[in-house]
Amino acid sequence: MAVFNLHVNGKEQKVDVAEDTPLLWVLRDHLRLVGTKFGCGVGQCGACTVHMDGAPLRSCLMPVNAVGNAKITTIEGLSEKGDHPLQKAWDEVDVPQCGYCQSGQIMTAAALLKRTPRPTMEEIQNTMHGNLCRCGAYHRIREAVKVASTKTPTTKTK
Amino acid sequence: MSNIRFNNSRRAFLKNISLSSGGLLLGFSFMDAEASDMPALMPKDVDVAGFNSYISIANDGIVSVFSPNPELGQNIRTSFAMVVCDELDADWNKVKVIQAPLDTTKFDRQLTGGSGAIPHSWKRLRNAGATARYLLVAAAAAKWNVPASECTTENGYVLHKASGKKAGYGELATAASKITVPGEVKLKDPKDFKLIGKPIRNVENQNIVTGKPLFGLDFYRDGMVYATIQRPPAFGQKIKSVNADEAKSMPGIIDVVTFKNNVAVVGRSTWDVLKAKKTLVVEYEAEKTLESSADHAQIFSKLMESTDAKVRRKDGDVEAAFKNAAKVIKTEYECPFVPHNPLEPMNFFAHVREDGIELVGPTQTPGAARKAVSDLLKVPEDKITVDITRLGGGFGRRLKFDYVVEAAELSSIIKKPVKVIWTREDDMGGGSYRPAVRYRFEAALDANNEIIGYKCRGVGINVENPMRQDNFPSGSIDNLLIDSVEHQSPITTGAWRAPVTNFLAFAEQSFLDEIALATGKDPVQMRLDLLKRAKEKPVGPIRYDIDRMATVIKTVAEKAQWGKKKDVFQGFSVYFSHASYVGQVCEVVMKDGKPKVQKIYAVSDCGVVINSSGALQQVMGGITDGYGTAMFGKLSFRNGEPEQKNFDRYRLIRMNEIFDIDASFVNNGIDPTGLGEPALPPTGGAVANAIFKATGVRIKKQPFIDQAPFKS
Ligand code: FES
Ligand code: FES
Repeated sequence: MAVFNLHVNGKEQKVDVAEDTPLLWVLRDHLRLVGTKFGCGVGQCGACTVHMDGAPLRSCLMPVNAVGNAKITTIEGLSEKGDHPLQKAWDEVDVPQCGYCQSGQIMTAAALLKRTPRPTMEEIQNTMHGNLCRCGAYHRIREAVKVASTKTPTTKTK
Repeated sequence: MSNIRFNNSRRAFLKNISLSSGGLLLGFSFMDAEASDMPALMPKDVDVAGFNSYISIANDGIVSVFSPNPELGQNIRTSFAMVVCDELDADWNKVKVIQAPLDTTKFDRQLTGGSGAIPHSWKRLRNAGATARYLLVAAAAAKWNVPASECTTENGYVLHKASGKKAGYGELATAASKITVPGEVKLKDPKDFKLIGKPIRNVENQNIVTGKPLFGLDFYRDGMVYATIQRPPAFGQKIKSVNADEAKSMPGIIDVVTFKNNVAVVGRSTWDVLKAKKTLVVEYEAEKTLESSADHAQIFSKLMESTDAKVRRKDGDVEAAFKNAAKVIKTEYECPFVPHNPLEPMNFFAHVREDGIELVGPTQTPGAARKAVSDLLKVPEDKITVDITRLGGGFGRRLKFDYVVEAAELSSIIKKPVKVIWTREDDMGGGSYRPAVRYRFEAALDANNEIIGYKCRGVGINVENPMRQDNFPSGSIDNLLIDSVEHQSPITTGAWRAPVTNFLAFAEQSFLDEIALATGKDPVQMRLDLLKRAKEKPVGPIRYDIDRMATVIKTVAEKAQWGKKKDVFQGFSVYFSHASYVGQVCEVVMKDGKPKVQKIYAVSDCGVVINSSGALQQVMGGITDGYGTAMFGKLSFRNGEPEQKNFDRYRLIRMNEIFDIDASFVNNGIDPTGLGEPALPPTGGAVANAIFKATGVRIKKQPFIDQAPFKS
């Protein structure tokens, strides 16, 4: 066991865990940030996607001892009031079915929009295909990313 | 044709209950009227005897609707509330939907499966909403001293136009709660529906997109411990010896316990237990045959020739028809096992205490799960509570309750509140799969190319009946034989979204295409001709509605401009499953020498569409799932052990593999007949038929990707 100081959603968080604990389980079990989901544990589904210094990261594959000083953002910290353009677009387009994959989808999309504010459908697909949606909500996920990309952010994203 | 049963004695369903905090609480039961002796539900401070769901209207005008059925993405919570609130004329912005926990053993249908929740509840929900509205109007009329017939309702208000009086539901609620519930209420004329039929967004969207704890895996209770279970890697094995010394000594591990064929590692966090599980040294021995996929192929071939098949349906004289045939077409189709793979793996929380049991988690069948726990642990059902979390997908997997019982058993052994978590490998390797099947179809044609005889034999592994013997084309053919043979295997199987029809439809709709081509008929016209025959000269029992099926066929053919397009290859398929009808036209183009699906047109007849946004999700999701599974889905076995255990080797469809879907609805005003599954079955056949048009290659096995023209 070891103590780690993490920067999560703008806050300093101290956790005492085994040093190989994947960030996913630190977030879920120790910080109770359960918006980040477990789907496969092997980097294949994207349900566990968070941002590490703004870049998308599969938290199931990232041991906590490799996080260091990086700033972690989870779905809970994507916007203050749940009104990131993607979160709004997700509601407007009525994307979720079971909803389980959706925070991972949104986090992947948020990183894409930060890098490429006006992505083409092709760019959207080429980025988002790493996130599985077992319910097959892909058409609306794609559309919602597009919708969000046409709107200026109302809240500054982290 | 409808097998949906509604109880007519509405009176018994409704009860006005005084709410200590003021406001109106109207209980309504989903049960049959006779069974009115159910114990209380909730809220806790109110005696709601006899009722398992309710609408409450608080004095601030907030309308709460309890939704009893598990939510797994079929959007039931939104649809249920829409139906109630439409009849109620509620202000949709003031509606809250609350998941009801499991009520009692006598609950009539608190489960999710069979696309049945809406058909079952449609009238009950409307009646409940209309009754609440009646009471509010009566309260307003009494208050204003005007006839109730002069009052109207709108968006959460009762209005008396003549005097210009207006009162919100919140301010009328307490008075309304003192009025006797009427025996009969008038339901709306469907043309006055304000919510039903509209695209209403999922009531849970905001919680989902902000990552709120909604799912079973998100549930946490102070003092709870975590557990992961090692189960036999192969079906047919049992434990011979367990060495857990290393696991027990690892940090964070509380205990390792063995029960049945399970070795459970219990600890303080998920990672602690997952890590420790890897150090277990468990020896297994074969208890039953350890089957491989190659064995199954041989078993299928053998059973295909069995003289001991179970006859599912026999019309006319099939032998004579085949003897007199001018031509016989004979083909076999095959589908492999597939896992359900809901994105949220199995998990459940259980706390077995001295005085009762608490269960919390994602289940499609809370009632059956509770009964099983009660039977195993000998605790009466009324001492067991089940709270239903949101389900991160189900697809039929969570109709089984092995994972609930297992969590309860573990809690009873360790005497602690425990959450059992399955990894993806546990989940994909854990059984209850869609069964593997093979079909043999035979058609006898006369000299005029008319079908005079039809045979279908289904052989399956733990599928019981792989046939839907009274579905189309049964009823349209004079001489017909449908039978099946089953192989019993240690590999466990279960219902998978649109059970049986999800593979049978592919095989049958492909075979009908073969017949059409062999007889020089247009596949759409041939189906319509058969339906005409079934209508004019029906043979035997017919489970489908001939006119509804004909309508979706014609409508989708017209939408897709069937047979009129030059630049695409079209394939047709239509299927009746559960109680709804879906016709599909798939369009394929050739790209780099390979067929590529470009678009699927789908026309669905599910009766009244309640939520046009949610309905589109079900159709588009169903088609995407149907295509993805037909194209890529396969679980193969080697010595009893699945060869695919995670998404690295098991391929699910991804965003870059989807195509356009044009989905529309017949919307004929018939009471709703369900939509969670029916869009899926026709897809495999539509795709295979279009691929045949494009390439001349008939795909007869799933997954398509392993067959020509994708693989040489
Ligand atoms: S859980 Fe991390 S990619 Fe699937
Ligand atoms: S909405 Fe269910 S997995 Fe994506």
